[in-house]
Amino acid sequence: MEIPYTYKARPDTGLYNAKVGIWLFLASEIMLFGALFSAYILLRVSAPDGFWPDVALAWPRGLLNIPIGTFNTAVLITSSVTVVLAWAALKMNNFARFRWLMVVTVICAFAFLGIKSFEYNDKFSHYVVRLKDGKAVTGHLEVNGKHPGFWNFADQWSLGRLEAEKVEHIEIAVDPARDIHGHVKHVEGASHDHAKQKIATADIAFLGSYTPATHPFFAVYFLITALHGLHVLGGALVLAYFAFPGAKMWKTNPEQFTNRIEVGGLFWHFVDLVWIFLFPVVYLL
Amino acid sequence: MSEQSHNAAASHDDHDHDIASHIKTYLIIFGALLLGTVITVLMYYVDFSSMAVTVGVALFIASIKAFLVAAYFMHLMSEKKLVYSLLVISAIFFTGLMGLTLWGTHDTPKNTLMKTVYVP
Repeated sequence: MEIPYTYKARPDTGLYNAKVGIWLFLASEIMLFGALFSAYILLRVSAPDGFWPDVALAWPRGLLNIPIGTFNTAVLITSSVTVVLAWAALKMNNFARFRWLMVVTVICAFAFLGIKSFEYNDKFSHYVVRLKDGKAVTGHLEVNGKHPGFWNFADQWSLGRLEAEKVEHIEIAVDPARDIHGHVKHVEGASHDHAKQKIATADIAFLGSYTPATHPFFAVYFLITALHGLHVLGGALVLAYFAFPGAKMWKTNPEQFTNRIEVGGLFWHFVDLVWIFLFPVVYLL
Repeated sequence: MSEQSHNAAASHDDHDHDIASHIKTYLIIFGALLLGTVITVLMYYVDFSSMAVTVGVALFIASIKAFLVAAYFMHLMSEKKLVYSLLVISAIFFTGLMGLTLWGTHDTPKNTLMKTVYVP
């Protein structure tokens, strides 16, 4: 038995099956990301006024790397336009153009993920240290001459671990000071190098990396961006499948294949759309 | 017969012309989205002295970009009625969710989150 309306539109709705399916799925995705954005809003609004890290729970505004985030936004927008152009190429019967546009899309997707993991790595090796005299320092941590890294979760440090392993002092490459907007403060005569500071373990009240346990901002940042990253990965794999092994359908059923690209593209545009909100919200506000 | 095939060819040309004009639209939207991104980032460096205005401006620009993606790349400008009906349901629930969230922001306990963790 043949499944009806796999590529022909159903007369009453004017839609083929997959189009209805993807829109139902995207409708549920709107609610999934909406719920996480609402969690973000509550955490953001309930944060006390002041400057993080001076005020422990103030919102760390401008903490993420804006040039990198802007570049990544451009990468994702580019992939969104290439996927819709790939669909248009199929509509014009130009398979060669379709394929190279899909290749560009998938390359952009993996470039996005690569850049994101570079940012993640920076956060995992970045620490905030609160001293017993009330001061706070942030920077890249060095313990016994080693930097803790992203892929080794076991290598994260805490005050408890420093004490347990009898580490007498740590070194931290101190970040430049920031103003209320998160902009780097330009102090006359001050060096912009990451000056290394030695801190005795006995003076530390708290030490934590830029990970969810340290601040609600990191919790919500990692949760939303990682979920978004999984969407990028999933979308990239599906689009890569359509560009190569799945493309043999172009010879047997070009209409259905073109529809598949449209539906895959719809998902991809949605992922782009989420990032359009995510970028200003987590990087700039 | 020959007339019929001629008609088919003509409609094929129309179709190609149609898609070609779509491609032009896509490229214009692409430019607009990149411009929007640059404006969003520039607004970050403007001091509006009010957080509400800062957030409002950022979300306003993001909404325009989202509209361009949804309307043109996702073809929502000319979609079938069933898709709009589905999205209306999502829009209602999404608005409800955000409305409740904003309502809730008047009532959040301040300075209580994780205080015990590390404030000496």
